Formats: sequence, structure tokens, C-alpha cells
Amino acid sequence: MALKHHEYSSPHFLGGVHPPESKELTAHLPVRRMPFPDEVVIPLSQHIGAPAKPIVKVGDHVERGDLIAEAGGFVSVPMHASATGTVKEITRWPHPSGNLTPAIRIAVDKHSAQVPRARTIPDWRGLSKPELIQAVQDGGVVGLGGAAFPTHVKLSPPEGTVLEYLILNGCECEPYLTTDHRIMVEQPRRVLTGLLIMMRALDVKVGLIGVENNKPDAIVALQEVLPEYEAELKEHGMRIDVIGLTVRYPQGAEKMLILALTEREVPRGKLPLDLGVLVQNVGSVASIAEIFETGLPLLERVVTVTGHGIRKPSNVLVPIGAKLKDVFEFCGGVTMDARQIVMGGPMMGPSQANLETPIIKGITGIVVLPAGEVKSQEEYDCIRCGHCLDACPVFINPQRLGLLAKNMRYETMQEDYALNDCMLCGCCSYVCPSNIPLSQLFGASKAYLRRNG
Amino acid sequence: MELDTILKAGAVLGGLGFAFGGLIAAANRRLKVWEDPRINATVDLLPGTNCGACGSPGCRGFAERLVAGEAEPAGCTQVDEEQVTAVAEYLGVDAGEAVKRIARLLCAGGTDVAKHHGDYTGAKTCASAAAAGGGAKACSWGCIGLADCAVVCDYDAIHMNQFGLPVVDPAKCTACNDCVVACPKDLFVIMPVDQPLLVQCKSLMEGEAAEETCKVACTGCGKCAMDSDPDAISIIDGLAVVNYDQGVHVSPKATERCPTGAIKWIEWEQFTDTQLPSFTPKGAEHKGAIKV
Repeated sequence: MALKHHEYSSPHFLGGVHPPESKELTAHLPVRRMPFPDEVVIPLSQHIGAPAKPIVKVGDHVERGDLIAEAGGFVSVPMHASATGTVKEITRWPHPSGNLTPAIRIAVDKHSAQVPRARTIPDWRGLSKPELIQAVQDGGVVGLGGAAFPTHVKLSPPEGTVLEYLILNGCECEPYLTTDHRIMVEQPRRVLTGLLIMMRALDVKVGLIGVENNKPDAIVALQEVLPEYEAELKEHGMRIDVIGLTVRYPQGAEKMLILALTEREVPRGKLPLDLGVLVQNVGSVASIAEIFETGLPLLERVVTVTGHGIRKPSNVLVPIGAKLKDVFEFCGGVTMDARQIVMGGPMMGPSQANLETPIIKGITGIVVLPAGEVKSQEEYDCIRCGHCLDACPVFINPQRLGLLAKNMRYETMQEDYALNDCMLCGCCSYVCPSNIPLSQLFGASKAYLRRNG
Repeated sequence: MELDTILKAGAVLGGLGFAFGGLIAAANRRLKVWEDPRINATVDLLPGTNCGACGSPGCRGFAERLVAGEAEPAGCTQVDEEQVTAVAEYLGVDAGEAVKRIARLLCAGGTDVAKHHGDYTGAKTCASAAAAGGGAKACSWGCIGLADCAVVCDYDAIHMNQFGLPVVDPAKCTACNDCVVACPKDLFVIMPVDQPLLVQCKSLMEGEAAEETCKVACTGCGKCAMDSDPDAISIIDGLAVVNYDQGVHVSPKATERCPTGAIKWIEWEQFTDTQLPSFTPKGAEHKGAIKV
């Protein structure tokens, strides 16, 4: 299953799978802005870390871009109104995680021009490092690749850390998604400016942009604008390279990307920081550049709305908090045989059951699958074929782990079989001929250990 | 082979055997630890399941405490009265009194009353469903109904009813805590069976929104609190919370005006009003134990 070493032509990792890409549905479509919906719902927890604390009351008028919730700690970001309107309610609302979590509902003012308040735009070159980090936190920027880790925390490595590489993740290895692809093609200057800001802030000399080879136009777009930055880069002794990578899932996983680009393997239990490497998503750095370009916090994001179950697959610029049903309406609605809605990519994204669920900062795409593509297949016993071992990019033993999970021996999984290394990429489930939902079992085992550990 | 060799070998091995035997005999005499023979006899009278519900590490630990007079025979939750009396008679102590403790489910949202918002087709365990968005019910606190608790129960005390809710058989339940650990939604609590006032809901939603997700949800209206002693019930985060402290008077009156029936007066088994012959949903039982 896994390719042999000499079969690769570009930087790569070992293991992984190559599912049908299905990116042709939206890869060529420019990003379109969707009209403001009647209501936006801003969940207070859209990121990893403490939820934000609301600072508005029911009935308050808010302008687009106003602060509505403060950061709940250092590992947390504030929330902003993504549309002008009135605070309707602060209540529990469906969240993409499947739970009902606290959220602020804003009834959008239909007659408003949605022009944000005039604000001063800081010049990032004149800011000190703490000021810059504060500006990024105030902008509510989180990792837009899916995990939604607050970006300012990544910008504040512990004292004494020496960073060698700053890696931009433009792999977008999940099938269907074209969000980062379109950002790189349409806003290469923002991506490079954002990278430059981060390199200057962290004093990193080498910036690497890793893009999978199935996005040649993105690589060309970035390389075309790179000369504009040459002078400033040279002045500070810096360098930015755009590198094409083997098309292989999960190339965009942090540790796989580091391995492919720097040939360094992140050891078990260590962070990329320990190797002097920091990874950021291209969308996140583009939104950092946007903060210093428009002064606006993160109010909207590009979402790929795709799959054969949607009438008009599109790349949409969605206000944070717009509901699924409004996004679908803009994309022509779902087809008659639409069966499953996945938020994020089909390999790792959770399915959604409620069309009232809002789009949050970490949602990269929405995939609507028709009945023909969703098969509930019968599960058979493990035949010990070993395909999962070949596919696993972190070299753990999914076959053994699957048996242990079914027998509820969670502690053994963690202690003897390195369950903690698993990032739930889903490669093992994808290749399993017995249709064992391995990745899901591991997710459940991890949840059990978190709860009872 | 010569006879001499055989004799030599026999003498050497025999001599070694005697020497080591003597060593063991001496060690046994000098290092002997006296153990109360009643401990072993008591262990034989106990069920031997090592469930841990008595608070001791297994049946032997409990027997040691019994012999030492630190525990009462009634502390064993697994045996019936006859066996408790047998232990008490053997040791010549009082059987003691222990209130029976059993597992209670804090959710009454069966498939008949809870809103179903999607089909769940993944791995058929509650733990997997909870990790993948919470299963088919709209309520994020409710029972998923894939019988993880019934699978882990060693005493056959939990059966799923026809609405996908686990029913605990109080006669069989030993309060061993396995279901509490297994439930990914933390819906089980171990409590004395003589505390009959129970809020069978954990939903933090309030008012109509709560009722929308489940017909028997606690809406946090506070009527039960008004109808009972001032200390007995408080409303915390849209949920009625019963104060089980000693000396607080609770009465069935609190349940009378509940608009949804979330608070119930339960003296023995839960869900008796909806229960038909129990069955386990297809796929909930594990496919044999796979040896690892």
C-alpha cells in the first residue's frame, strides 16, 4: 500500500493514503462573499482553550467588528460581532462539536450598510513584540486549518526557544477542500506579508511554504509575488521558499509536514518548538496580515461548500456565525438525495445533524454527501492483513489497538501501544477491508482516558 | 551402569533434599506469621467476586476488616440476608445495617420523548458515539442508548428497555461503580435506594428550549423547589438539584406540579411506568470477547 522510498519525487513522509481528491468541484472557483444572513450565532468557544466571556447584554446594539466577548485567559481569544445588529439572546446553541454550548445570538440589521466603525490601523513594523502578540490576540486569530489553536500562543514560545524554521501549511491534504488553495491563489500577498510579520516577530530566518503538488497554480501565484519581498528579506538575512510536496494524506498534519520539509521527526511527547520549528496555516497568517491591512479582527473566513450533495459547490467568504442553512441557501441548496453533512474534510470532520449549527473559525469546509456516497457498511472481524500498519503515518499498530479498544483495555492502549501518538487522521479506517471504524474507536478511547485518567 | 554410580547419585540428591528440607522446616518455625484462620473461612462465605463496592480491595480485604471488627457483614452489597446472617453467626457479631445503594440513571429521555436529530451509523458503542458528535439525540446531555453500561455490568443488572434506556434491576445491582465509569455522559450515580426523590435529567437548557429537545427535560422552572422544604431543592444552571444531606425533609409533593415529569418519586426501580419486557438493541451486544 505505502509507496516505496524511490517512488516519491518530492519531499514526503512515510505511510499515509491517497483518497480521490474530488477538489475539481471547487478548485477553479473564485471566492464569493455571501450576503449577510438574518441572524448570526457566535459560540463563545470556537477555539482550543478557555471560552470567551460575553461583555454584551440582551438588547445591545453592536456594529460589525465590535468586541462582544473577552478572552477567557491567555489560551483564549475574544469574539467579535460579525454583523451589525442587536443582541437577541445569550443561550446554548448547537455547536459543530455536536454539543449545545453557550453562544451569543445577534439579529442582523437588514438596513445596515455593514460598515465597521472607523479604527486606527496599526503599522506592524512599528510595534514591539508584546504589542504585536496582543494585536493578534485582540484580532481573535486562531489556527484556521481546523484545530483552531489561538495563534498568539504560538507566537509566544517559552523563553530561550531558538526557532529555525517557520513553516506555512498550504498542503490542504483533506479531499474536497479548496479553502487554502483559493487563499494562496487569490491573496498571495497577504499570505507572504503574514509570514513576514511572523518571521520578524519571532526572529526566524527561514520561512518554508509547503504546498502539495496538486495545486500548481498556488505555487506559481506565491512564487510570482515573492520577488516583491526580496529586498526586505535580504535586509534582515531572511529567506522564504515555496516547496511542492508529494500529494499524500495526511501531508498537512503538523508532524508529517515538518518531516517532509526539514527531515526532522518530532519525538514522542515533544512539540515542534523543541525542534526549532513552528507551523502555521496559510489562512491564519493571511488573517494576521488582514488585521494590519484593514484593522479589522477575524470576522469572516473562506469555507469550501462542496460535495455532490450541494447544487452549486462554491468557495464562500462566510461571516463567522452564519448558520449552515444560510450557507446552503447561498450555494443553491442541497440536492434531493443529500444524506450526510460533514464539517471540515471527510477524513476527519464531524458529521452535523442540525442546520442551525453556525460556521465557526475552525471550519475549513462543508462537504454534503449524497445517499450514493454514504454507505453504512457491515463491519467484519479483523483479518490481520496489516494494511493499517502500512498506512499509519505515525507507525503505531492500529490493528492491535483496535482489538484492545473493542475489549475496553484503554490503559494498555496508552501505556504499551502509544495511543497518544495517534492524531485520528483516519488512514487506518480508510484502508481497512473489514470496515472497522478504527479511528473512531481510538477517538472514543482517548475520550475515555481523558475522562477517567 | 554400575550400581555404585546409582547409589552415589541417590545419596547426593537425597542428601540435598534433606538439607534443604531442614532449612525450610527451620525457616517455617522461625519466620512463621500467624494468621487468623477465621479470615479464610470468612472469605469462603463471601461471594468472591472482588467487586469492591464495600470499599475494600476485594473480598479478602473485606474479610480481614470483618474479622478485625472494622466492618459489618451487611457492608457486602452482593449477598442476600441469609448469607449476611451466616457470616455474622460465624463471626459472632452483629450483622449490622447497611442501606442498599444502587446505580440511578439521571436521564429519562427515551426514544419516545427525546428529539431524534440524525441517524448515527458509526461504531455501536456509547463511547464512540459520544466522541463523534454525541449520537442521534438532540440533547447533548442525554442517554445515547447504545448500552455501554449493560455491556460492562458483571451482574446482569442493567437491561435496555424498548425506548433505549438502561433499566437498573435494584435487586441485582451491587453498586460496583462500573456503569458510572463506562457512561460517557456521566449519567449514572450511585445512591442509597431510600432516597426516592430523583431529577431524571441533566440538561442545562432552560425553559422551552429544553422541552424542545426532550419532553421530559427539566426546564428549571422551579415549581418543585416551591413545593418542598426551603433547603430541599435548588435550581442551579437551569436544573433542579436535590439536597440529599441528612435531615433535609423531602416529599413526593415536589413532583406533583412538575410540567414535564422530570422529577420523580422512585422507591424501587426506575422507568416502571414505561417499561415493557426488556431487550437489548441489535448491535449493542459485543461480538464475543476477542482474545488479545
